[in-house]
Amino acid sequence: MKIKKSKGKRYIASEVFYHGMMLPGMIFVVLFNLVPMFGIIMAFQDYKPAKGYFKSDFVGLKHYKYLFQIPDGFEIFRNTLVLAVGKIVFGTLMAIIFSILLNEIRQKWLKKSVQTIVYLPHFLSWVVLASAIKSLFGLDGFVNALLGTNLNFLGSNSLFQPLLIGSDVWKEFGYNSVVYLAALTAIDPGLHEAAKIDGANWWNRIFHVTLPGMRSVIILMVAMGLGNILNAGFDQVYNLYTAPVYETGDIIDTYVYRVGLNGMQYSFGTAIGLMKSAIAFVLMMTANYLAKKFTDSKIF
Amino acid sequence: MKRSNLVGKIGYIIIYVIVIALGLLCLLPLWYIVAISFSKASAVQGNMVSLIPVGFNTVTYEEILTDLQYWRSFLISVVRVILAVIINTVLTVTMAYPLTKNKYQFRGRNIYMNILIFAMLFNGGMIPTFLVIKKYHLLNTIWALVLPGAVPIFNVILLMNFFLGIPKSLEEAAVLDGANPLQVLTKVYIPCSVPVLATVTLFSIVGSWNDFYSGLIYITRSKNYPLMTYIQSLTINMEDIIKNGTAADILRASKVSEQNLNAAKIVVAVIPLLLIYPLLQKYFINGIVVGSVKE
Repeated sequence: MKIKKSKGKRYIASEVFYHGMMLPGMIFVVLFNLVPMFGIIMAFQDYKPAKGYFKSDFVGLKHYKYLFQIPDGFEIFRNTLVLAVGKIVFGTLMAIIFSILLNEIRQKWLKKSVQTIVYLPHFLSWVVLASAIKSLFGLDGFVNALLGTNLNFLGSNSLFQPLLIGSDVWKEFGYNSVVYLAALTAIDPGLHEAAKIDGANWWNRIFHVTLPGMRSVIILMVAMGLGNILNAGFDQVYNLYTAPVYETGDIIDTYVYRVGLNGMQYSFGTAIGLMKSAIAFVLMMTANYLAKKFTDSKIF
Repeated sequence: MKRSNLVGKIGYIIIYVIVIALGLLCLLPLWYIVAISFSKASAVQGNMVSLIPVGFNTVTYEEILTDLQYWRSFLISVVRVILAVIINTVLTVTMAYPLTKNKYQFRGRNIYMNILIFAMLFNGGMIPTFLVIKKYHLLNTIWALVLPGAVPIFNVILLMNFFLGIPKSLEEAAVLDGANPLQVLTKVYIPCSVPVLATVTLFSIVGSWNDFYSGLIYITRSKNYPLMTYIQSLTINMEDIIKNGTAADILRASKVSEQNLNAAKIVVAVIPLLLIYPLLQKYFINGIVVGSVKE
């Protein structure tokens, strides 16, 4: 009886400690994550900074009706989806292919050096990379000189999306290959030996041993990508786009920034942002559910 | 037999060529910026520079040395990285530990957890967050760059999962010896998770150094810009300004359109990252593998 009581007391004492440890962080979460959520009310108002949340007029779904009447509304959702899906599909493929090829390299020093270089772009800001891409892909830049062409990558609506997808794949494929490489090294070499004895060539082994062995990691990474599908990359697009390519380059985030924040259309911008956040929330929950169902791990 | 050997060899050569080519491709943009930064302005303007500097000189770097705004922004970025690292790391560790307790040992644990997951997955959006920061009178202060990201929730969950993998018996032994939760954390959990903490810390260094977004949104006076926002403001596209800008904008832009000078500014801004890159490489592989394959 005595022991039980003291044990209970100890729990309470340590619980006070635990609450104390959570407190500072929770204050920041409340101030910077939860309090802004109340601002969502602006999406249904004609918000005037002078009047504040309480005195601005409620207008219901006016901003959403407007969004779907103007061509921009369709365009930004389409561009966001096209860019995000393109980046996930090509980025994943490239990372898988690269990890398989890199795994074939036997010279340790070469493998290490290549890894060192391909991980680097991930750690550089789009501010830095965009400046290089602008000069490289400009009308009289290095790429056009090399190809002997006169392609307007940055200024034409047909080439801008491929440029965004391509440069993102280029920036991230090395870094993304890390998890695939880890999955590759976890595959039992005995399986490869057995397949070899059974007469399987390199391609057979890739499709029947390597890729099935990477299956759960691939599913997990794609699920994570799908959860983020509405984040088509503000940093990248903002640093590369110009007015002539708004039609194919403008994504939800850049639009909210330019029209909502800079254009001072706070309510309209918030309405779009809310729609994005709500859809993204559902997508992430779904992605987490799928990851749990099809692999042994979960995202959060 | 001989033929398949030959095919195998050619296959290997192709693999080596592709891998090396991809490696070089990743180096190209950075190399190109460096080449431009060491070239003559006239050669850059005439698009004569490809991979080797034309008219090698270091004038641009000498010019940066005396550029006060550059070093001001550099300093702002350094201070902000230091603040962010301290705040992020302390908060990540102190929040991750209590969350490893179950709901009987720590009543309320699941409520905290649900709030955190909700805050991670859902947000008020760009404009409400901006208005709140403005209400708090943080616009144009360094705190606007640091505090909105004070709790990296994903890292908290990542570290919590790592802590859960540490054998319970270590903690029980420490508790029997009379350690309180804070001592358990600092004497047992933290020493056991140095690689993960290093990864998380290095990522927060890189993240805050590279971030231009907060500077763009929360800093309206250009003299208070952190380095990346400052550089971004230099490389704004000329066409856009000529089309939409005022005469003053065009004049200002023409002054900063010296590409080779901007390239040098970028190179200097990347150097701190290159300095920590070896460390980063040592730890991050572990970190992301742990982070993505949980439970």
